[in-house]
Amino acid sequence: MIPAAFEYHRPADIRGALSILVEHGDDARVLAGGHSLIPMMKLRMADVPHLIDLQDISSLKGITIEGGRITIGAMTTQHELITNDALHAAAPLLREAALQIADPQVRYMGTIGGNVANGDPGNDMPGLMQCLDATFTLEGPNGTRTVQARDFYEAAYTTDRDDAEILTHISLDATTAGYAYEKQKRKIGDYATAACAVLITKENGVVTSASVAMTNLSDVPVFSEAAAEALIGGTCDTAAVKAAVAAALADIDPTEDNRGPVKFKMHVAGVIIARAIERAWSRA
Amino acid sequence: MNDMTPERDARVANLKGMGCSRKRVEDARFTQGKGNYVDDISLPGMLTGDFVRSPYAHARIKSINTEAAMALEGVVAVLTAQDLAPLSLHWMPTLAGDKQMVLADGKVLFQGQEVAFVVAKDRYIAADAIELVEVEYEELPVIVDPIKSLQSDVVLREDLDPKAPGAHGPRKHHNHIFTWEVGDEAGTNAVIDDADVVAEASMYYHRTHPCPLEPCGCVASMDKVNGKLTLWGTFQAPHVVRTVASLLSGIEEHNIRVVSPDIGGGFGNKVGVYPGYVCSIVASIVTGVPVKWVEDRMDNLMTTAFARDYWMTGKISATKEGKITGLHCHVTADHGAFDACADPTKFPAGFMNICTGSYDIPIAYLGVDGVYTNKAPGGVSYRCSFRVTEAVYFIERMIEVLAIEMDMDPAELRRINFIKKEQFPYQSALGWEYDSGDYHTAWDKALKAVDYDGLRKEQAERVEAFKRGETRTLMGIGLSFFTEIVGAGPVKNCDILGMGMFDSCEIRIHPTGSAIARLGTISQGQGHATTFAQILASEIGIPADSITIEEGDTDTAPYGLGTYGSRSTPVAGAATAMAGRKIRAKAQMIAAYLLEVHDDDVEFDVDRFVVKGAPERFKTMGEIAYAAYNQAIPGIEPGLEAVSYYDPPNMTYPFGAYVCVMDIDVDTGVTDIRRFYALDDCGTRINPMVIEGQIHGGLTEALAVALGQEIAYDEMGNVKTGTLMDFFLPTAWEVPNYETDHTVTPSPHHPIGAKGVGESPHVGGVPCFSNAVQDAFRPFGNRHTNMPHDHWRIWQTANALGLHH
Repeated sequence: MIPAAFEYHRPADIRGALSILVEHGDDARVLAGGHSLIPMMKLRMADVPHLIDLQDISSLKGITIEGGRITIGAMTTQHELITNDALHAAAPLLREAALQIADPQVRYMGTIGGNVANGDPGNDMPGLMQCLDATFTLEGPNGTRTVQARDFYEAAYTTDRDDAEILTHISLDATTAGYAYEKQKRKIGDYATAACAVLITKENGVVTSASVAMTNLSDVPVFSEAAAEALIGGTCDTAAVKAAVAAALADIDPTEDNRGPVKFKMHVAGVIIARAIERAWSRA
Repeated sequence: MNDMTPERDARVANLKGMGCSRKRVEDARFTQGKGNYVDDISLPGMLTGDFVRSPYAHARIKSINTEAAMALEGVVAVLTAQDLAPLSLHWMPTLAGDKQMVLADGKVLFQGQEVAFVVAKDRYIAADAIELVEVEYEELPVIVDPIKSLQSDVVLREDLDPKAPGAHGPRKHHNHIFTWEVGDEAGTNAVIDDADVVAEASMYYHRTHPCPLEPCGCVASMDKVNGKLTLWGTFQAPHVVRTVASLLSGIEEHNIRVVSPDIGGGFGNKVGVYPGYVCSIVASIVTGVPVKWVEDRMDNLMTTAFARDYWMTGKISATKEGKITGLHCHVTADHGAFDACADPTKFPAGFMNICTGSYDIPIAYLGVDGVYTNKAPGGVSYRCSFRVTEAVYFIERMIEVLAIEMDMDPAELRRINFIKKEQFPYQSALGWEYDSGDYHTAWDKALKAVDYDGLRKEQAERVEAFKRGETRTLMGIGLSFFTEIVGAGPVKNCDILGMGMFDSCEIRIHPTGSAIARLGTISQGQGHATTFAQILASEIGIPADSITIEEGDTDTAPYGLGTYGSRSTPVAGAATAMAGRKIRAKAQMIAAYLLEVHDDDVEFDVDRFVVKGAPERFKTMGEIAYAAYNQAIPGIEPGLEAVSYYDPPNMTYPFGAYVCVMDIDVDTGVTDIRRFYALDDCGTRINPMVIEGQIHGGLTEALAVALGQEIAYDEMGNVKTGTLMDFFLPTAWEVPNYETDHTVTPSPHHPIGAKGVGESPHVGGVPCFSNAVQDAFRPFGNRHTNMPHDHWRIWQTANALGLHH
């Protein structure tokens, strides 16, 4: 559990970080909270000759809410997400989900940016961001661009981010929709056996909009448009929930691991999705 | 004399003796990060050792090339079996009478096995050098199933003559280690064949691991000038390590000093001798400087001693009224690549023959076959006396299965079969003499405390609601009644590598009335410095706060066999009381001299000797101590010291009654422990708060084992649970609220009547949690499902019973 030797960099601004990234190419990685990357380095599964610690870059920190738009700096910790009351008022799903990530010690260090950018299918924030239809801002040597969370993930640990880019901000619309993040895990600190984020807007007693996304049930987070469609226009009655669950299950592809075989995961996923929908509906 | 005066009460309270919840004296340093663990030791010039480990479970080693590693700056040595062979240290004897490779000799037999030992200036360089050692392997067929192992042509241990007997008698197959039989098999079979009712079950008690917070490690320092070897390490039995080190190295025992500093949990994992100790000693001898070796978490989980891994089949017979008539048990025991179980020599399956449990079973038989596989060696007693957890799990499952067979309430079935109070001392069918017990009283108290009848009524209502589709949650009521067998043990039948399992205490009273006591045991979190001082306070009348307890340094502590198997209080605690009584006997003579009366005319009273009938005439222990050193007393040597080596006449038999109430989500397999009630009877209670802490800890480890903690292998022999992501170590989050309770049935043969408690909650807890899960599914036809009851296995049980639509 000793990492190979590496150079440690601690730039004060994005420009400095980018120049190190450009200089070392594949040999450099940025470090946010370190709760995914450092264990991989200790296991010598990740070889990082140049580690660029982002903690001194103040522009990557903080939460702002303006005109119904939320912007979160990539280096904002899970703990800061949980304790920000304005954020809770604007998008309560975030606190509910962040409280289910690991344990308080990890949440003091772990950041939202690291969680979404690493591309680990076990991380909770990617599915959540897809559910919230968040936008990621990426800054690279050729300037800044944005990409939707729903378009960002390509495969396990592979995303749309270029090696020379840094994910700097996450933005999303404030929402008053009914919400739920339902997660089954074996113990505190574990990745999900199955997890599901749901948002539902209700008008005149029926679902007018819905969003359903899932965590750790494929090699990427899964946003299920079909599941949302199955709910829209209905009253989240048993038949509608059943149809949405069936649609969501058709979109996932879990693999067997120590949490259990595929058959079990599919069954639990169905239960978790249904519970998330029912709880979101009850809050809509 | 009036025993109840406030003045006397104040003197008793001042002692903080037995029965008081004295705060742990160790905690000041532990809670402030001021403990001194082996990895805190740093000596001038110290090097660090680390292992190249096998990625394969079974492979021949074609070659080892250390050139590139040796070329790395800061690398001092790379040891292989070839380097150890001239010293005959490439293999070492195990505690179980087998031998074990220190470094791979021609082949590897389990994943993670030690192949080469890199010695470098620091642990970072050592870690880099490990990657540079080139080992060429040729993979061999892997066996991870002991039953298949006994049918396989693949020879795991090529070093053993397949025809020659092993340490425990004849071997039946080249992968077979021993057969151990206790009891009357023919008689038992005859009873079972003729019985009104017979219930059968096969159960796998999965492999798990003690996983102490601090892994294993040592610092070896050979001083070539004075010829002395000092070895600091995480040793649960430092004196045994000294003797073994002397026998292996040829260094005379007086030239070896073994020190166990603070130890962060042992639970059996730190009893054995590991290749890291041998390699560190050799490396220190070779380099002439101290060498440290400390495992990381993966090393600890994958290679140092595991626990359990018993495949058990049982038959239990009864009359139609439910009176048990016979018990048959067979175990196929997976010992891994080497037989390194830590058991008393004559007990290759530990005290598995306590498997008749708390019940009056007239005839029984136990047969155990030990088997080699391509898994890590070990087989230690994880928070239990030797294999008692397996035995109690077996009988408590057999009782439940019999209750199902007879359509009886399992609480009532237990009650009608308990050994009765008047039957003690009780001779069990498999050879033990239970010292004391009052099982019916404990059972009734437990069932009343939880309103057992009310729970059963609620459970029946829940089942009906479930059948009507109104709930998807079932309720399980887990029962267990256990009898432990601890305090190994009488030297006449308990030894380890020939060393009798007595223990010891040496006391020195200082002239000003404080004291130091040294013991042959070693605390790993049990709180010995707190509780042994309490025993002494009550025995010799010196306040516990004025008594230092010291353990773990073989240069100063009297010889003892260490701390495991809940033996410290039954054996060293007894030695402490006996040594204290020697002090008191001498103090009585001194007091009589000072008071100018005959020895028989003074009596001990809390903290002093008083003249009988004249309590105003007394000498305090402080005054007596001062006189012992500073006053010439005719016929009495100066000083006030005593030592006692205690060979217990029998084991002690703590017992307890546990009840767990659990809700189970049938659709997800998620469990929620609503209630856990634990009644323990450990005889005389020395410190109720320490007992409660022990019970909370043991129950938590029981919860872990029952609900998810395992060392799992795939078919290739890869460890699937080598990190704490997959190896379940419960936190405060997973732990329920425990309700503790007690009865007190003192041991009749122990000087203070204490029986030991550290392991009872684990022994009783595992079947209690498991029975709760199994009980929830009993109304739907469940008889037995194997642990660990993690979400997917519970789901699988529900699925197999047709409870999912």
